[in-house]
Amino acid sequence: MTSNNKLFGVLVPVISVIIGLLAGAVIMLLSGHNPVEGYAALWAGAFGDSYTIGETIRRTTPLILTGLAVAFAFKTGLFNIGAEGQVIVGWLAAVWVGLAIDAPMIIHLPLAILAGAAAGGLWGFLPGLLKAKLGVHEVIITIMMNYIALFVTNEIIRNVLTEQETTTGTIADTASLASDWLQSITFYSRVHYGILIALFAAFIMWFIIERTTYGYELKSVGFNSHASNYAGMNVSKNIILSMVIGGAFAGLAGAMEGLGTYGTISVMSGFTNLGFDGIAVALLGSNNAFGVVLAGLLFGVLKEGAGEMPTAAGVPTELVDIIIALIIFFVASSYIIRWALLRFKKEGK
Amino acid sequence: MDYAIEMLNIRKEFPGIVANDNITIQLKKGEIHALLGENGAGKSTLMNVLFGLYQPEKGEIRVNGKTVKITNPNIANDLGIGMVHQHFMLVEPFTVTQNIILGSEPKNKFGKIDIATARKEIQELSDRYGLKVNPDAKISEISVGMQQRVEILKTLYRGAEVLIFDEPTAVLTPQEINELIEIMRALINEGKSIILITHKLKEIMEVCDRCTVIRKGKGIGTVDVSETNTNELASLMVGREVNFKTEKIAAMPEDTVLSIQDLYVRDARKVDLVKGLNLEVRSGEIVGIAGVDGNGQSELVEAITGLTKVKSGSIKLSGKDITNLSPRKITESGVGHIPQDRHKYGLVLDYSIGENIVLQTYYQKPYSKAKVLSYKEIFDKAKQIIEEYDVRTPSVYTKARALSGGNQQKAIIGREVDRSPQLLIATQPTRGLDVGAIEFIHKKLIEERDKGRAILLVSFELDEIMNVSDRIAVMFDGKVVANVKPEETTEQELGLLMAGSQVNKAGETSR
Repeated sequence: MTSNNKLFGVLVPVISVIIGLLAGAVIMLLSGHNPVEGYAALWAGAFGDSYTIGETIRRTTPLILTGLAVAFAFKTGLFNIGAEGQVIVGWLAAVWVGLAIDAPMIIHLPLAILAGAAAGGLWGFLPGLLKAKLGVHEVIITIMMNYIALFVTNEIIRNVLTEQETTTGTIADTASLASDWLQSITFYSRVHYGILIALFAAFIMWFIIERTTYGYELKSVGFNSHASNYAGMNVSKNIILSMVIGGAFAGLAGAMEGLGTYGTISVMSGFTNLGFDGIAVALLGSNNAFGVVLAGLLFGVLKEGAGEMPTAAGVPTELVDIIIALIIFFVASSYIIRWALLRFKKEGK
Repeated sequence: MDYAIEMLNIRKEFPGIVANDNITIQLKKGEIHALLGENGAGKSTLMNVLFGLYQPEKGEIRVNGKTVKITNPNIANDLGIGMVHQHFMLVEPFTVTQNIILGSEPKNKFGKIDIATARKEIQELSDRYGLKVNPDAKISEISVGMQQRVEILKTLYRGAEVLIFDEPTAVLTPQEINELIEIMRALINEGKSIILITHKLKEIMEVCDRCTVIRKGKGIGTVDVSETNTNELASLMVGREVNFKTEKIAAMPEDTVLSIQDLYVRDARKVDLVKGLNLEVRSGEIVGIAGVDGNGQSELVEAITGLTKVKSGSIKLSGKDITNLSPRKITESGVGHIPQDRHKYGLVLDYSIGENIVLQTYYQKPYSKAKVLSYKEIFDKAKQIIEEYDVRTPSVYTKARALSGGNQQKAIIGREVDRSPQLLIATQPTRGLDVGAIEFIHKKLIEERDKGRAILLVSFELDEIMNVSDRIAVMFDGKVVANVKPEETTEQELGLLMAGSQVNKAGETSR
């Protein structure tokens, strides 16, 4: 039973990705493009040379973290739609600390990263608190918190961090994740040390969930809050904790953008979509830390590679979004794939 | 011979298991036929085949001698087969009449529902079978026994000739059970036939003509009830000898462990459900709480275990005040709780058996150190408990969901008893279990008593209360209205006390 479930946990996302790619090929054919050329361009765009590999890693980094943010809350049965807002406040906080403080790197950089995590955690704390104490549904609150994050951040950039400008100054070098060495070996891509933080965060999530009493409580509350209460666990505390840790992961994603990729924060006209993509990454990764890393990588590859498709194969980038949407669609309808697999197995007997 | 229903050599497979293997049941016209089997023996599967919810792999179904294919429940309805479910399918704010016509509303020529005609028809049916149902009463205002009669009326209104009763007495008081038996006899006199699904042997002996036994999916055979006895039926069902009378020596109660004074508890709607209750349980005795469901028993247990806040009054455990402490503090003070609803409270079904065994102790040594779980210790403990409590599971890594009800319950009892609590609260510990598991659980409760634990047993089964308790506290309307000894009372007397009648000779009466 268990091994069967694990097998399904791997097979279903893999098959969904394959079907999604095949469906994308069909759409390319129908719209008069050569799918082989299209996918070759996608591959070249993601792995063609050291520059694109660097950029792919850069894109993957925040996607892993937002994927973890959604997956973590989901382990406690919570749907964290607020990763988007948590990214934005995390970005802002990290850059703010990067700009405002003067300290040696060994203090400055960790402080900036932690500021990002703390801001994201705070943005998760409020919906968690409202859910735990008043029973307000976290989906509604987190969606609203996204808008609050976006507009408050824009206001702070314009009126606090700058004098009516759209972009802040660049953070101090002592708070930067960027690395000359990494840039030099990737032909001056924007890759930075953030990927190590993302991988470490995935390990942390795995450890908390699978090996600690905290994880035991969080999962227990997610599976059955009544039994958890009966067993003496504090259900409210666990709901809040889960949202705070999830929010902290998303806040880190923002810090990666602020301290690694851009070194600044700009007024945003809309959402970054990093948080929303995180929902898809978590879903594709079966809410499992290792799965999230792989799913984050896949999304990074698709998004980075897509840039090459219009120039090399004449395929519009929108098509890549359609392929991603199809993959999500097939993951979400994993029930169909499960059913087909079971059917297939039964007939094979 | 005239048969109303024949199910011949039915075989139904699910992936990996054979739920029904060559089962034959033949229902004569005008008889009450028992279908007896342990939990998971395949009774429900067989009835679902009859109702067209499942298609059998092999076998045939005949109705009045004609072979039929039942591919959905509507066909079963049209063939005159009706089911009285264990869990009533009624809309609470609707009246009896509205509930009965729901889904097959009679309409007049303008397309308006013709309630008046339906009402008259229902009144006639009710009178004819002696059901005494008021067609205009709201479901929410009538007793559970009445609600069951509405279910019976529903099948009759739809023209059922064969009625299937699924564990009908589980929710009834002794008086209501007697009335139900009268109703079943009236139905037979009017030419109906009945299949009674049950594992209560006494009822079979009292009311049934014949009994078909199934065990582990296989048909064991059909016996004439007049030629058998409860012992034979039990061993047919379980496959071995069963001991009914729970063996126990006289209790030797010592210190007071649980002492409750003037307790008031409210439910979520701010209605007092426990109203000034006093209760004492001493070490080395089993106190049984008898009462009809809904007289405050659940709230009492929730208040003791900290799941519900106490409005006023005090709960003391060996002299220490535990009123309104958190569930964890109360557990740590030495209270074990076998909850009424094992799926909702007792287990995290998606956790393995091993993880469930440490549900209250995971944060303590040796199961975790510095917040890091030690799975080896956890699963070692679980292995010890499944061994000691005979929990049949493929392994300690199996999800709790995959176990049968009896084995889930044994795992919970193992977990609660293993912590050696001073006070063990068992709420409906044997609900829905078969005789083998019931025997085992009763033996364990008495063993714990003999070790000097205080045990509070809450049950709606009078047999269980009478058999296991050393003292019976009868609860009615949120209070203990009488304290009686099982050897000095009868089920009839208990039944009356549970219904709120005052009995003078009982020690404590309602204030």
